Amino acid sequence: MNFLLNNDNKKSTRQSYGEALLEIGKKNENIVVLDADLSAATKTSLFAKEFPNRFFNMGIAEQDMIGTAAGLSTCGKIPFVSTFAVFGAGRVYDQIRNSVCYPNLNVKICVTHSGITVGEDGATHQMLEDINIMRGLPNMKVISPCDETEVKWAINEAVNINGPVYIRLGRSDTPKIYDENTKFEFGKAIQLGDGNDGTIFATGIMVAEALKAKEKLMTEGINIRVVDIHTIKPLDKELIIKCAKETKYLLSIEEHSVIGGLGTAISEVLCEYYPKKLVKMGIQDTFGKSGNAKELLKYFKLTDDDIINRLKKDII
Amino acid sequence: MNSYETENFEKISKEIRKSIIEMVYNAKSGHPGGALSITDILTVLYFYELNVNVNNPKYENRDRLVLSKGHSSPALYAVLAEKGFFPKNDLKTFRKIDSYLQGHPDMNKVPGVDMSSGSLGQGLSVSNGMALGAKLDRKDYRVYCILGDGEIEEGQVWEAAMTASHYNLDNLCVIVDNNGLQIDGKTKDVMNSEPIDKKFEAFGFNVINIDGHNFEEIVNAFEKAKQTKERPTAIIAKTVKGKGISFMENEVSWHGKAPNDEQYNLAMNELN
Repeated sequence: MNFLLNNDNKKSTRQSYGEALLEIGKKNENIVVLDADLSAATKTSLFAKEFPNRFFNMGIAEQDMIGTAAGLSTCGKIPFVSTFAVFGAGRVYDQIRNSVCYPNLNVKICVTHSGITVGEDGATHQMLEDINIMRGLPNMKVISPCDETEVKWAINEAVNINGPVYIRLGRSDTPKIYDENTKFEFGKAIQLGDGNDGTIFATGIMVAEALKAKEKLMTEGINIRVVDIHTIKPLDKELIIKCAKETKYLLSIEEHSVIGGLGTAISEVLCEYYPKKLVKMGIQDTFGKSGNAKELLKYFKLTDDDIINRLKKDII
Repeated sequence: MNSYETENFEKISKEIRKSIIEMVYNAKSGHPGGALSITDILTVLYFYELNVNVNNPKYENRDRLVLSKGHSSPALYAVLAEKGFFPKNDLKTFRKIDSYLQGHPDMNKVPGVDMSSGSLGQGLSVSNGMALGAKLDRKDYRVYCILGDGEIEEGQVWEAAMTASHYNLDNLCVIVDNNGLQIDGKTKDVMNSEPIDKKFEAFGFNVINIDGHNFEEIVNAFEKAKQTKERPTAIIAKTVKGKGISFMENEVSWHGKAPNDEQYNLAMNELN
């Protein structure tokens, strides 16, 4: 599939979420939105302004917010619940487990400020373990979109799915990668390029870094492919196995701990179906820290150049 | 309320108590104490108060009941079976491997159960969501939520109490099963949740204190709750844990254990 990597048209996935929610709210009156005093940051404020009667500010009480959403869903509503990832996955794990996933209720948990690019707020607000804990929950589906187009698809797809969905969004601006007409499929990863020198599996804003690395490497005659894994659960086993068979080198990169996230999920597939080495880039079992997003990506070695260095170190 | 109705409630609640003892005895596990303390309240709810349809358990305009203290499932299953949601004979399967009657209520398995519960402290939030749903759709069904007096030690309950009041959920009625005991001992010794009425009052509820085993008081409290506008109601029901079985009453050890053969016979004799 073709990609744009348009740096002139950068937008955060949280902003795209707010816009997508507003659009879908116009079409589907069963959609209700709950936020925990962060609507300006999560961008649910866009929906709240247009549909005040279908927006519930739950105050600084995330556990109650999840339960309330569960109750609303039993009445035929489709609740979208938003807060920062650290609260929306970590603080409310038991509420999601027992009040949403066990009864398989139609609640969409759309969290922003995931990963280290939260920036200056530092470790307490940088969620690096949410993919791990959310993908372990029965009935939960996990989507991690990389750009505006993919966010719009993800929000629409979440409405089509009857059951809990976790959508992981970010704070910082990220390039547009897909044009508006791109067709996405739930549970199907996207292969970008067909180089055989290596595969970089990436998710969320790391897709852009992987694509930048791909373009730089191409000038040196190294042809790699990037696989955008937007759906982390269910995972696209077939494409992972295909890439393992077709390419010499496998690397995963995520703005998340290397424990239990995308890299782990891919390892689980490889280990069972096609054993092969996978280099896992991500946060190496540590907390984040304060700094601006760009500096932090460099500090934690999550940039295009870090991918290139790692790849060259291993294969050249 | 006339004497016939009181007699009828007494008859039904006795049947429910028998079912609870049989279930826990057959399962060799379960929670009889807190099930027996809410039996009279559930009897009034299902045989007087709630608008429910046994032939159509998911009927859209039904009143909802959330048993937030989900470990009291034997009482809920017993009353649902008594009402006719499923065969009474199935109560024998409670907690067994192929049964739909799980240790804690599962809304997707048991006809008449409106919400899965078990992890304490979560049911009031869910009830609020249901009550908000009714308001959004301009429907007049009511939502009832049964909390334990130990359960309200969970902080989420108070987040939810704030929400119920903030959103003026006058279609919500909370019942606190105030039996004074929790697993590790007396509630006042483990973590004192008293004064419960004052707490709910401070959170903006219409509060009604009743004897949770007096049918007339229970009926009247639900009536007062319905008449209250613009704010939720909390009925603080003073109850006896293990109510109806002399050797279980006010005995903390009966929170979560099954009677042996001898105790089973003794209990059933008392109920017969």
